[in-house]
Amino acid sequence: MKDFIIPSDDRDMGTPAKTGAPVTLTVDGFQVTVPEGTSVMRAAAEIGIEVPKLCASDNLEAFGSCRLCVVEIEGRRGTPASCTTPVAEGMVVNTQTPRVKKVRKGVMELYISDHPLDCLTCSANGDCELQDMAGAVGLRDMRYTSGRNHYDASGAGTLAQGDMRARAAGTDLGNPDYIPKDDSNPYFSYDPSKCIVCNRCVRACEEVQGTFALTIEGRGFDSRVKAGNAGDDFLTSDCVSCGACVQACPTATLQEKSVVEMGTPDRSVVTTCAYCGVGCSFKAEMKGNELVRMVPYKHGKANRGHSCVKGRFAYGYAHHPDRILSPMIRDRIDEPWREVSWEEALNFAAQRLKRLQATYGRRSIGVITSSRCTNEETYLVQKLARGVFLNNNTDTCARVCHSPTGYGLGQTYGTSAGTQDFDSVEKTDVVMVIGANPTDGHPVFASRLKKRLRQGAKLIVVDPRRIDLVRSAHVEAAHHLPLRPGTNVAVVTAMAHVIVTEGLTDDAFIRARCDTESFADYMEFVSDPRHSPEAVETLTGVPAAELRAAARLYAKGGNASIYYGLGVTEHSQGSTTVIGIANLAMLTGNIGREGVGVNPLRGQNNVQGSCDMGSFPHELPGYRHVKHADARKIYEDLWGVEIDPEPGLRIPNMLDAAVDGTFKGLYCQGEDILQSDPDTKHVAAGLAAMECVIVHDLFLNETANYAHVFLPGSSFLEKDGTFTNAERRINRVRRVMAPRATYADWEVTQLLAQAMGATWTYTHPSQIMAEIAATTPSFAGVDYALLDELGSVQWPCNEAAPEGTPLMHVEGFKRGKGRFIVTEYVATDERTGPRFPLLLTTGRILSQYNVGAQTRRTANTAWHPEDLLEIHPHDAETRGIKEGDWVRLSSRSGETTLRAALTDRMSPGVVYTTFHHPDTQANVITTDYSDWATNCPEYKVTAVQISPSNGPTDWQEDYAAQAAQARRILPAAE
Amino acid sequence: MSPDKMTHMANQIAAFFKTQPHVDAAAEIAAHINDFWEPRMRAQLFDHVRAGGAGLDPFVIEAVEKDLVAPA
Ligand code: SF4
Ligand code: SF4
Ligand code: SF4
Ligand code: FES
Repeated sequence: MKDFIIPSDDRDMGTPAKTGAPVTLTVDGFQVTVPEGTSVMRAAAEIGIEVPKLCASDNLEAFGSCRLCVVEIEGRRGTPASCTTPVAEGMVVNTQTPRVKKVRKGVMELYISDHPLDCLTCSANGDCELQDMAGAVGLRDMRYTSGRNHYDASGAGTLAQGDMRARAAGTDLGNPDYIPKDDSNPYFSYDPSKCIVCNRCVRACEEVQGTFALTIEGRGFDSRVKAGNAGDDFLTSDCVSCGACVQACPTATLQEKSVVEMGTPDRSVVTTCAYCGVGCSFKAEMKGNELVRMVPYKHGKANRGHSCVKGRFAYGYAHHPDRILSPMIRDRIDEPWREVSWEEALNFAAQRLKRLQATYGRRSIGVITSSRCTNEETYLVQKLARGVFLNNNTDTCARVCHSPTGYGLGQTYGTSAGTQDFDSVEKTDVVMVIGANPTDGHPVFASRLKKRLRQGAKLIVVDPRRIDLVRSAHVEAAHHLPLRPGTNVAVVTAMAHVIVTEGLTDDAFIRARCDTESFADYMEFVSDPRHSPEAVETLTGVPAAELRAAARLYAKGGNASIYYGLGVTEHSQGSTTVIGIANLAMLTGNIGREGVGVNPLRGQNNVQGSCDMGSFPHELPGYRHVKHADARKIYEDLWGVEIDPEPGLRIPNMLDAAVDGTFKGLYCQGEDILQSDPDTKHVAAGLAAMECVIVHDLFLNETANYAHVFLPGSSFLEKDGTFTNAERRINRVRRVMAPRATYADWEVTQLLAQAMGATWTYTHPSQIMAEIAATTPSFAGVDYALLDELGSVQWPCNEAAPEGTPLMHVEGFKRGKGRFIVTEYVATDERTGPRFPLLLTTGRILSQYNVGAQTRRTANTAWHPEDLLEIHPHDAETRGIKEGDWVRLSSRSGETTLRAALTDRMSPGVVYTTFHHPDTQANVITTDYSDWATNCPEYKVTAVQISPSNGPTDWQEDYAAQAAQARRILPAAE
Repeated sequence: MSPDKMTHMANQIAAFFKTQPHVDAAAEIAAHINDFWEPRMRAQLFDHVRAGGAGLDPFVIEAVEKDLVAPA
């Protein structure tokens, strides 16, 4: 087995890599050639010579404070620090001379004089650079007598804390310099007594994460790291718990609590985060089959060594006691669950499904695939529908987030995917973020974006809410267009109007790359004065002058890129907005090279993959419509069945058909449609009308309240497979422990298929990938050996692009010529009126993920214990609502209660909430309106009213009672 | 599906294609519905048009009459 991958070269080279003309120098007698601008330290490291260091790390700019890295350079005076000294042609460097050895020893001695010598019992024992350096410089003695120090609470002045405790008894004078440990963060501790003030954490928080939460407080001997302002601890400061500082700290000062408890890991496996669409690579550091910690993987091409709180720390759900580890069945949903064997559960499910098909027809059952599961698992679930149920009733939760991306980009460019890789952001000059909140939804991308913004790139934010990016530490948007929810098309079209009428188009690009007829039509449409920013200002609420300025900046500010999220797609005109965005990029020639492009930020980790794998009811894997006989034939030949040429039901259609009595059975893998889909009451009615609902998940989720069969799922730590992130990057997920409920998810789907009579015989997910590659042209070159070799690969990966495709549409568009499409604004029918005068829009928060099934079962709840309703102080005041009050939120669909948070981030007339907690059920409020082309629900606009309230609504109480009833489990029979 | 919801969905599709220049809107609407609506949804749309098509955009009615593929 090749499963345990030892990371290749993980050495810290000391300072970041540079690009530049080659420079040759000599280090300790060896010649080395490196790019101009490289530090002497890094040049030495390139040939395997490690200069001792403490304050340097290759993901941070050199700082030059510790002076441990001194060297001698022929012809130069003194002992310069190698981390801050750039190389020069012909330089001759000596890293080990009597003089530098002496300096280094002196430096170490000083450090150690204010550091406890409890290495044996220190949590960083074996993983401490201070310890390593003391060894490296040969420190054998400590000539300072203990004096003032920070580590000894008693003030007795000893270097070992055990000693200190012994001596302190009775004579404790107290140590005014002692600072106690800060354990406020649930995942890591800060022990100032071990801090060597190397500044690495402060720089990591600034340079890598971009939060600027840390400073060095005090001077000289008194200086220490401080989170936030006076009176703050880590939890109350701006710290977002990304872990970059913990990673950077060379000592045990900032340390994962899991390591404090469990000790250092003994092996590591490279795998992929299972949360968001950034798809960060991690090393899962293990001890036996226990996970000690997740550390962002330096060579991960999506994250380049960075992480956010979810991937880094919030994996505890995998061992939460709520996990269901035994299959369960029941005849009716008002009965308690019965734990049964896998065999019994699968036969029960298969019999029911077969009976339903016999009674109600072939198309009466279906599946929902998960954007949280692997490509291989998703492929199998759609294969179950197409090859075993013999219908196309397969859909995925991507329906409810990015289906308009598929339609819009497919129609204009010819592929349903983002055009760039994340590295591209390093070359961009203007970034337009529309309907996305990257600092919360896609944190690692946001950090990379902020880094570029600090280097001078300009930012345009189009969002009803003043998201953090609009103004945060050292980042300020050039333009924020606070549009009214639902007017995206009008705003994007007005931008195009400005670009066209002010002559800002890239005519050479359009002539060479785009369809001229569609361009002529579009020009005529968009130059009509009714699309001018002035004409739409009252509709959109965006000041015309600001919109004009933003359009000019986008068109003429250099490399311009667009990143967008669900604030674009989850609307009645979601697909039209995606088309409008695609038009903008073509008009200005911002497509087909680094630094530009159109980039959907995907919500869940495998949204891209689940769409690629044929989850949609009208498309076979690789986006081929089921109406095409040649595409069907590929699978018909391989599977020996006839594929239904008619499109199947989408999720909302399944629920409608269920209420109508024609859709009766559902296999739902890794999704919680009752919580995540709009109009909860309608979803519940649909589920209640079905006769066989199979939920395959880690937990008894909300949908399981209506299920007849529960099949325990496996976490991403328990299976092999691949995820495809928002950049089309196929990343390996590697099994680090055995499935806790016996089977990985792909095995369960296979067992269900077998119980229904299929003859599938996969023994490893790599075989499933082989089938995908053999049947899908854009995946033709993908296999596990290639992924092991390259780390990851971006599709298309085939003969034409054997190592994948970082940038799309470089020579020409996938469809040939880029097609402009007219984008007429059509107001949503969801309108405010006297009964529902406010607009509700929804979003997410950093520490929680989607419906919260995973993150709510971790210590991340320290940051977000409940969903809050954000409301402008003005709207609150006229309704007599104060901060923290319970309020009733109602729409034409339903009502719920939650607490109010007053903020002027929202414009008056617009309120905002998140949907992470089932008790709140924000989706009771959302309506059944959806995108015209794809049925993607209109989550982002709901007309609502708000009034003071004193507690949960009747509906919430009924729901809680039903849920409690439905979750009963009978004790296992003897 | 409720008739209101169905007419709303069909009219939304019409609202897009009606605004596209130089195309046969009815044909485009029909093509879109053929591609994305499952047979029982199309059957319901047919029935609704046969029953007079209350609430439907005239382009939808034209699309159904001209180009919609009858569900198998
Ligand atoms: S965890 Fe991240 S945000 Fe918090 S202080 Fe450390 S680097 Fe800064
Ligand atoms: S906390 Fe760690 S990284 Fe920060 S200054 Fe102290 S020793 Fe250095
Ligand atoms: S940014 Fe996304 S993929 Fe990366 S660690 Fe956070 S949740 Fe995971
Ligand atoms: S590593 Fe160069 S001065 Fe600290």
